[in-house]
Amino acid sequence: MSTLVFLEHHGDELLKGSLGVLSKAATLGDAEVAGVVLGSGVRGLADQAGKFGAAKVYVADDAQLEAPLPQPRVDVLAQLVRDKEIDTVLFGNSVLGADVAAGLAARLDAGLNWDLADLVQQNGKLVGKRPALQDSVYVDVGWKSEPRIALFRSGSFDPTEVGGSADVEDVTVALEDFSTSARMVDQAHEESEGPSIEDAPVIVAGGRGLGGPENFTLVEELAKSLGGAVGATRAVVDAGWYPYSTQVGQTGKTVSPKLYIACGISGAIQHKVGMQSSGVIVAINKDSNAPIFEFSDLGVVGDLHEVVPKLTELVKARKAS
Amino acid sequence: MTKPADFPPPFRAADYIAAPSDPPEERIDVGVLIVGAGPAGLACAIRLGQLLEDAPELRERLGEVPVAILEKGKQAGSHLLSGAVVNPRALRRLFKGRKRLDEMPFYGPVDHESVYFLTKQNALRIPAPPTMKNDGNYVASLSRLGRWLAEQAEEAGVMLLPETAAEKLLISDGRARGVRTGDKGSGRDGQPLGNFEPGSDLVAKVTVLAEGTQGHLTGVALDRFGLAGENPQVWALGVKEVWKVARPLDRVIHTMGWPLRPSAKYREFGGSFIYPMGEDMLTLGMVVGLDYRDVELSVHDLLQELKTHPLVRKLLEGGERVEWGAKTIPEGGFLALPKELHAPGLLICGDGAGLVNVPALKGIHYAIESGALAAEAAFASLQRGQTPATPGALSSYDDALKRSFVWKDLYEVRNMRPAFGRGFVLGGALAGAMTASKGRFPRRDLELERDVDVDLIRTDRAKSYPAPDGKLTFDKLSSVFASGNKTRDDQPNHIVIRRDVAEDVAHLWERMCPAQVYEATETGVDVTPSNCVQCGAITAKGGRLTPPEGGSGPEYKLT
Amino acid sequence: MKIAVCVKQVPEGHSRIDPETKRLDRSGEGALNGFDANAVEEALRLKDATGAGEVVLISLGPAKAQDALRKALAMGADRSVLVTDDAASGSDLVATSYTLAKALEREHADLVLFGQQAGDSDGAVLWAAVADRLRLPVVSQAAEVTHADGKLTVKRQTEFGYDVIEAPLPAVVAVSDAINEPRYPSLKGIMGAKSKPQETVSLSDLGVESDRAGEQGSRTEVYALNDPPPRGDSKKIEDDGNGAQAILDFLAEKRLV
Repeated sequence: MSTLVFLEHHGDELLKGSLGVLSKAATLGDAEVAGVVLGSGVRGLADQAGKFGAAKVYVADDAQLEAPLPQPRVDVLAQLVRDKEIDTVLFGNSVLGADVAAGLAARLDAGLNWDLADLVQQNGKLVGKRPALQDSVYVDVGWKSEPRIALFRSGSFDPTEVGGSADVEDVTVALEDFSTSARMVDQAHEESEGPSIEDAPVIVAGGRGLGGPENFTLVEELAKSLGGAVGATRAVVDAGWYPYSTQVGQTGKTVSPKLYIACGISGAIQHKVGMQSSGVIVAINKDSNAPIFEFSDLGVVGDLHEVVPKLTELVKARKAS
Repeated sequence: MTKPADFPPPFRAADYIAAPSDPPEERIDVGVLIVGAGPAGLACAIRLGQLLEDAPELRERLGEVPVAILEKGKQAGSHLLSGAVVNPRALRRLFKGRKRLDEMPFYGPVDHESVYFLTKQNALRIPAPPTMKNDGNYVASLSRLGRWLAEQAEEAGVMLLPETAAEKLLISDGRARGVRTGDKGSGRDGQPLGNFEPGSDLVAKVTVLAEGTQGHLTGVALDRFGLAGENPQVWALGVKEVWKVARPLDRVIHTMGWPLRPSAKYREFGGSFIYPMGEDMLTLGMVVGLDYRDVELSVHDLLQELKTHPLVRKLLEGGERVEWGAKTIPEGGFLALPKELHAPGLLICGDGAGLVNVPALKGIHYAIESGALAAEAAFASLQRGQTPATPGALSSYDDALKRSFVWKDLYEVRNMRPAFGRGFVLGGALAGAMTASKGRFPRRDLELERDVDVDLIRTDRAKSYPAPDGKLTFDKLSSVFASGNKTRDDQPNHIVIRRDVAEDVAHLWERMCPAQVYEATETGVDVTPSNCVQCGAITAKGGRLTPPEGGSGPEYKLT
Repeated sequence: MKIAVCVKQVPEGHSRIDPETKRLDRSGEGALNGFDANAVEEALRLKDATGAGEVVLISLGPAKAQDALRKALAMGADRSVLVTDDAASGSDLVATSYTLAKALEREHADLVLFGQQAGDSDGAVLWAAVADRLRLPVVSQAAEVTHADGKLTVKRQTEFGYDVIEAPLPAVVAVSDAINEPRYPSLKGIMGAKSKPQETVSLSDLGVESDRAGEQGSRTEVYALNDPPPRGDSKKIEDDGNGAQAILDFLAEKRLV
């Protein structure tokens, strides 16, 4: 098996998602795992890749690759896959990663399975595990030919540092005309208000158990300390305690952050369907029979007016140390 | 003790009547406009399509859209709910020479039926009352039947317009001119949102109201044209579920008795039904008259309680619930029919007119027959070149209805439901005498009392409602979810109601509503309109349901 | 400006997977994919802004997908093309993107729009594959699109904030649902939709070889359906002053903090 992992970076760091996929790749068989880094002035990132399981890192370093645009990357990867006879290409999901994976699939007429939660060897074949129907069923998917391309759900794997260093190989960069016609004018302008609810890795949500709109400050403080966004249930939005844009649920937004903390939320199904595929669900509610405790990973039966501010303090303290 | 009539809703029929106001280039003209794609409306549409096949000149005269049918639900069938066991008589007539019964989406003929009198632990088999015999009838899902009828209507050239609510009746010079459709994209306070789309004037030569139970414009029209009869209409609330089951049910079942308390003190008139739907599904429901007295009564919870009875539990073992829904049924029958069912330019059909035979639990075939008769009357009037808006031009509809089996059946059983207002035992005796005499007894017709005038009492009935376990029994919110309801939350409130009501009335509404729309608070009642499945119970008991934005509400498929 | 919008019909209501084909059961009622409504809306806005042009809908699906197309026509699109062919069923990304590209080639549109994902999650990432086959620049996650002098300026939403990207026409853009609020079709729009041109084409009409479509043309396959892995033990504790600490420890253990 000859595996290539697309390593995305932001600033000077390789993304956690990419490193997670790399760590996973390293467990998959005894073939050598290679990473590929593309950008401008990125050779230094190759060292990081070595620490997480890459035996080899291909570096495509070119000014034309500076902006995080997908199509030039498809050009480079397609050439690399052909030249090195790579049979498996892995991506962690991101806006860029998804576009590159799909473009590459079209370029090589290669099968792409996306939204995978896992990848395993089964009966001598590589099988992807894909959640479907709001995660109520897992579908086993595979590839009929090589190269195989896989795109993993973000946060599927934790990066595991194994130590070691990788051989670095430079690759030539030859780009198509159409690939370079889109141009980055202004990159990664930060939004002023913190992550939007759709992209936030952490969401802290408040429901009727808060007791009143003024108590949303508790939710906001906790969200801020965790670098997350604030969510709300239909009931409190109806009552005018928080804006509709933050409503999570069947008639609001569907979210799947890594962490969802539900404060004073009963867990009616209308809310559940909007957040049930969150990575980890923590619930705080004073009603021991609240349905939310049936699908939360950790439930605390207690007064959120005490638990939430205390948790905020603990989080801040931990981050400071 | 208070009663709901003490807090009448701030509803004015005049708010829902207007003259056509759109400029000519925005106004939409159609030939015949039908409001409601239920069995009555669709039968009317199909019959018109048939008649127009052989009348090309008239068809030409009616313009680009000879027949249009509006439906406030997402699609035809989304808001249709019934048991149902259908008498195929009217369908046979409607599709004579065109479709056979075996081409219609039924779940099979009724082979066996049983009636039980239930106590908490037992089920006593009793002989089926003669009015309830179902030989020759078929089990159906009304929602599914509606979708099929809609296909037939579209094939017949009718334009079906789903997700469109008829908000106002257009009237000018004392004649019905059509309807104005509802706005879309309004916010909670009625303010226009970014994608606000105003409604339109839909002008027609004949307007047929086939809105079903608690029809919005039907109520407005009865008022405006002075058509209300001597007796008020009364309603029952039915809540039902559809289940996938491990073993097929081989019979149609009706039950009476537990968990209802039919004595005059509680006035809980009704019962349950359990019908097979093919080999792997069944449907069961609880129907209770809304003249009940106990503030703590919840038909939804009675249904959950019913499922814990050994007879019922056994049928559902190994199964899973796939759908839930609720709807009211007009129960006044003959005595509550409007004086007339036509007005200048207007015809009224189906459940909206109250054409339901309560003892036989049948209304669908009357709806279909009345729709077909309405089509024939409209066609005849248009064919003669007579303006249907002329007073009396559409009177042939009432004449035809009075000559039909619809009238005969309803007349015969006219006093049965009112009899049960006096309690089960006396009511049963009276009903027996009525059946035996084919409706000649009693000589003087009984009277109906408005549901909102019933004196309330309060018991601890709620103590025996089962706690929802999510497998056999369910809470209201998850049931609303199972109805397919995904109504947009930030819409204006479509329920006209007084908020500052007495505690008992607030509590009554909270229990009554199967969709948990109302919540009793310290100052009165709170409303969550997006839960509403538009069953109509609130209109019977002191508020007024109007149609929300088109496309809202449940998305029934198998009810 | 001619704008082609790729739309699809997705199953309505409770979806299920057919245990035999192991694919989504599309036999029931369908509806226009909600995210595609944003794409149709954006196309209509761009067309209105230039004052002239055409919005054409392209879709690949079963014959009854016409219903979903009619809704988009009711919103104001000018015509639709439905590629419907039994041989196309079971197409994966490789096969679908190939077929769609062929359908789009016929149109020579200035701009091709996609919605950002499909409710049935079968269509996600399609735009980048189609763009590659058409050899056109692609920009995804567009939260804002403006057009001037044959060029598009797109605000792209990413995990790190938003980028501003310029692309010359012709181009492919996938819009996020934050870009606009789709309009409700007017009654006149709904009634007029039925008389708008709705073309159906087969694979051979497009010149799509039978080994490039359907299961034959797909490079991925489905093996089996399984239950999801258990979520892990759900823990519930009473707060007796240590609730917050318990949560922190739990989060630390999961490396979430």
